[in-house]
Amino acid sequence: MRIYALAVYLFLYIPIGVIALFSFNAGRHAAQFQGFSAQWYGKALSNPFVVDAFQTSLIVALTSAVLATLFGTMAAMALQSVKGRLRVAFDALIYIAVMVPGIVIGIATLIALVTLFDWLNPLLAAVWPLAEGAPQLSLGYGSLIAAHGLFAMALVIIIVRARMAGMDRSLVEASADLGATPWGTFRQVTLPQIFPGILAGFLLAFTFSFDDFIIAFFVAGSQTTLPVYVFSSIRRGVTPEINAIGTMVLAVSLLMLVTAQAILQRGRKAG
Amino acid sequence: MESNLNPATEARETPIAELRDASKHYGAVVAAQGLNLSIRRGEFLSFLGPSGCGKTTALRMLAGFESPTSGDVLLDGQRVNDVPPHQRPVNMVFQHYALFPHLTVAQNIAYGLRQRRPRPVEAEISRAVEQALETVRLPGFGPRRIWEMSGGQQQRVALARAIVNQPKILLLDEPMAALDKKLRRDMQIELQSLQRSLGITFILVTHDQEEALSMSDRICIMRGGRIVQVGSPRDLYDRPASRYVADFVGKSNFFPGQIASSAAGRTTLAAAGGLMIAGTAPVEIAAGRTATASLRPEQIALHRRAEGLPVTVVNRIFLGEHTEYLVRHTNLGEFLVLVSRQAEAAEGGFEPGDPAHASWPEGAALILADD
Repeated sequence: MRIYALAVYLFLYIPIGVIALFSFNAGRHAAQFQGFSAQWYGKALSNPFVVDAFQTSLIVALTSAVLATLFGTMAAMALQSVKGRLRVAFDALIYIAVMVPGIVIGIATLIALVTLFDWLNPLLAAVWPLAEGAPQLSLGYGSLIAAHGLFAMALVIIIVRARMAGMDRSLVEASADLGATPWGTFRQVTLPQIFPGILAGFLLAFTFSFDDFIIAFFVAGSQTTLPVYVFSSIRRGVTPEINAIGTMVLAVSLLMLVTAQAILQRGRKAG
Repeated sequence: MESNLNPATEARETPIAELRDASKHYGAVVAAQGLNLSIRRGEFLSFLGPSGCGKTTALRMLAGFESPTSGDVLLDGQRVNDVPPHQRPVNMVFQHYALFPHLTVAQNIAYGLRQRRPRPVEAEISRAVEQALETVRLPGFGPRRIWEMSGGQQQRVALARAIVNQPKILLLDEPMAALDKKLRRDMQIELQSLQRSLGITFILVTHDQEEALSMSDRICIMRGGRIVQVGSPRDLYDRPASRYVADFVGKSNFFPGQIASSAAGRTTLAAAGGLMIAGTAPVEIAAGRTATASLRPEQIALHRRAEGLPVTVVNRIFLGEHTEYLVRHTNLGEFLVLVSRQAEAAEGGFEPGDPAHASWPEGAALILADD
């Protein structure tokens, strides 16, 4: 039993370890290690395509995480007052959204958006008041942010809801009893209580978007996110530069996840 | 002459709070039914009853967390059915205190003052907080975190957080339920003296009859969402209107039977074996109806001389100032007799198995309608 467990962990983590190790390879071959060097990190960071893709990833991840956190928190709060079958239906929809495979979300979003754009663009051109330059809706930042934001919103709702469920309902009553308006109660009591959940939700949403490949592959349009760039350059062979990029993405994601966990843990103790 | 009352007196006579035929239904569940109660300015009133009797619902209607399905809630003569809790001049001490865990003790206490518009200046707030901490005997505890405080201390903080706002009414929802017995006793005494010194109307919800009896000016006994009887602790003890109240307030012996005669404030009940028990009925009962005679254990005397009912001593419990005997009579069954130390010294103690005689002053029993 222990050997099986060990084998599973080795199988999971050895490839990741190898990538991290080979990102420090001094030689240019992916298969043989020729001493330590950070040169590929330098190379990757001076590659304009990498920097561009990194920037795109960052903008998409930040924006979608902010939107997902904002609307996810609002949805979680609204769902507090929904009871009975409607509540069950909403819960089911949220969990399904998290469980649907990325490829399904990617294709579905792509088809939906393209159909919508085909329908909207002529309409937009017809009503546009200026003679020229009617804007063309197309895939890009907007579709990336929308697709990632919607998916991450479900994550945020689940995390914030869990935090709210642990909150003592009488705190809200005590605040009202002491003269705080509903908005005052939200600002001074509810928000500080659920803040660890909101922050953790934000970090997870960011991480999800930052290293998502499948959804981005379908809806990115002319934009290239970092995972999409890595995928396309792998077709020209795995270089230590790719390893370096992969290791950096991994480091950022891990940092976010660990931070999110730490915040949730600490929040649980204090709350 | 009613009409000659001057307005000032009249204002003072306005009850601080009033429930007028107030009911609260949750779908088919009746939490409170037709509550009528007027609460006097400055009194200490307790809602007493088992869980689910509607006492908490009554309190929550006064606080504004529930609005009545029908009927009215009045505060200071004003109908407040639709006034939200944050606009009511009342404050509540919650059962589990509901202190804000992310704020310090001082910030918790200052919370109510900080909600006021215009907002008081910081110096004024911190002075009020210091004073409130002193009132609840926790001076210097302001910078502490809530989780650093013991249960008893948290309770004092909850109290300070409420009284610092100088509410017209302080509502207390089983505030002592989470404290151990010794601490509860201390806190009861403290609450009572605090109520006298502040002059604020206190409304307490409790299921602990001892607590209600020792602290309240008046007790409102509830059952199944209705008010059963309202009165001073002494009233309820001496003149319970029903068997339920007699049972709930203090200990009592109950002897069921049938009304034999009822005339001129004197009612006679035929108990088991045709034994006649005479007494007074707070609510008149027609002859022939079933009823119950209630006798407090301390109303009954136990002695060796052959006077009264022959009984056998079953058990004795030494209570210090008193000794409680459980005795058995052939027809009446087992009942309790409380014998004072002096009486026991005069009569000599009884051991289980001893024969004895029990008697009570003629007409001392209360004859209560079955409910």
